[in-house]
Amino acid sequence: MLEARDLVAYRGDRPVAHAARIDLAEGEHLALLGPNGAGKSSLVLGLATLVRTGGELRYRGARVVDADAYRRRIAVVFQRPLLLDRSVRDNAALGLALRGVGRRERDARADNELARLGVGHLGDRPALGLSGGEAQRVSIARALAIDPEILFLDEPFSALDAPTRETLIADLAHVLRDRGVTTVMVTHDRDEALSLADRIGVVMNGELRQLDTAETVFGMPSDPEIAAFVGVENVLPARVERATDELTMLRIADQHVEITEPPPPGDDFPLLCVRPDDVVIAREAASSSARNSFRARIVRIEPIGRRTRLVLDCGFPLIAHVTRQSARDMGLTAGDQVIASFKATVPHLLPRIRH
Amino acid sequence: MDLIVEGIAGAIAKLASLDPDVMNAAAASLVVSGAATALAVISGVPLGALIGLTRFRGRRLLLSFVNTGMGLPPVVVGLFVVIFLWRSGALGDLNWYCTRQGMVIAQYLLAAPSVIGLTAIALQSVDPLLRTQLLSLGASRWQAAWLLVRESRLLVLGAVIAGFGAVISEVGASQMVGCNVKGDTRILTTAITLETSKGEFGSAFALAFILLALIFGLTAITTYAQQGRNARST
Repeated sequence: MLEARDLVAYRGDRPVAHAARIDLAEGEHLALLGPNGAGKSSLVLGLATLVRTGGELRYRGARVVDADAYRRRIAVVFQRPLLLDRSVRDNAALGLALRGVGRRERDARADNELARLGVGHLGDRPALGLSGGEAQRVSIARALAIDPEILFLDEPFSALDAPTRETLIADLAHVLRDRGVTTVMVTHDRDEALSLADRIGVVMNGELRQLDTAETVFGMPSDPEIAAFVGVENVLPARVERATDELTMLRIADQHVEITEPPPPGDDFPLLCVRPDDVVIAREAASSSARNSFRARIVRIEPIGRRTRLVLDCGFPLIAHVTRQSARDMGLTAGDQVIASFKATVPHLLPRIRH
Repeated sequence: MDLIVEGIAGAIAKLASLDPDVMNAAAASLVVSGAATALAVISGVPLGALIGLTRFRGRRLLLSFVNTGMGLPPVVVGLFVVIFLWRSGALGDLNWYCTRQGMVIAQYLLAAPSVIGLTAIALQSVDPLLRTQLLSLGASRWQAAWLLVRESRLLVLGAVIAGFGAVISEVGASQMVGCNVKGDTRILTTAITLETSKGEFGSAFALAFILLALIFGLTAITTYAQQGRNARST
């Protein structure tokens, strides 16, 4: 539906974001994930032709030449609601008014979208008097009222408080599924991306670095920076000792590690990525299918939300996450000796970035 | 003190009797300043919007000229307009010297910089992302500009009031270009000057009251509009 090749988004004369390739299928929900200032919003504004762009943008097979005509098929929701000083209904109907739709029809369609977003009762109210959550719902209703073929969402929830955000995300996910609108969403929140997206693109330092399914991006990040961003806390420098058809034998510090993933071609010194949730902690060594078990000392214990983060020393540093209940049941304290293990199927190998 | 009391009494008598000279001067003021302000709005709001919303080569220089224009002394404007309208001047064939048309030109030159400059400031104060949002909703550049002018309408209205205020109360340019012809180009300010010089304080006060009432009325309209908007927003 939408194809970008070597797309560069400019702010003024300065190139600020680049994507080598984006292919968006009809009905697909794509999330662009990345830290603040990474260039995600610029990339989305480029895809929406709202900033100057370089490269090639094709919509339904044809190169986008008439930006005004292309923009009449899309809609963008920004971080702030950006409502006009008029009634809620008139705001929701604005895109339709700009398309010359008659008053009666546009009011009906606006009311319908407002009701779908749970703010139907606010139609006659002045828009500038709404709360943040209500205003953002009106902003989304305004975008959906024009029945866009692609909906771009530029961090629309980031200015909202947590409960409002969660409710709005759930409602929007329902509406998007219901209508099958193709969506590109910008967010720096992994959970938001997972809630709404089929595929995830990771943008870092102005570059779209990885675009794949959520499972691949989170399970097999393509470089250490992405690994760190998506929560793979253990990125360990390793040395390939031997590789067979079934297993790759690695050495990390003095320890021997076996994994099923083959080593990156031509790289004997890859980085081993292990998610903290994949590390199992036990008091004593036990027979299990995990091929990698290490005696470890608990260096530090840190509560993080509903979990506990353990910083371990196994001869190399290793981070593990356990539930708070497990930490209590096992009576874990700093300085304790434990067994840390992970399965050979769990880790992912990254080629070492050499400078 | 007696002069003031006598003047006010005379003013009340003239206003109560709808003195034709006073009413003619008030009407002439409204017509000339209204026409000059209307022309300034028609040309100045779009130009101010262009300066406020876009970036182009020479924009800063243009803005500097506009800002300078906001402080132009009326007598200097009057001098230049008289030179142009003088029988042997570049626009002498129009025969607009000592006419209301000539006064409208002079007052337009005084009002336009205020309308342009303050409109530009009003639109520069609008959230830049709002324009992007409007474009994303399918607005053409013209539609987006119009919506932004509407969105900052009270500030633009302020610009219009400032332009009108600049011309309704000026005397130098109107006196020089209009020649203060009784019943034609005599407006409130030139009439006040004349009546005061003759010692006719009753007439001068009557004219001054009307002038003040006009200015107060305009200020009241702006204030009510502003308060109404604030009340709707809260």
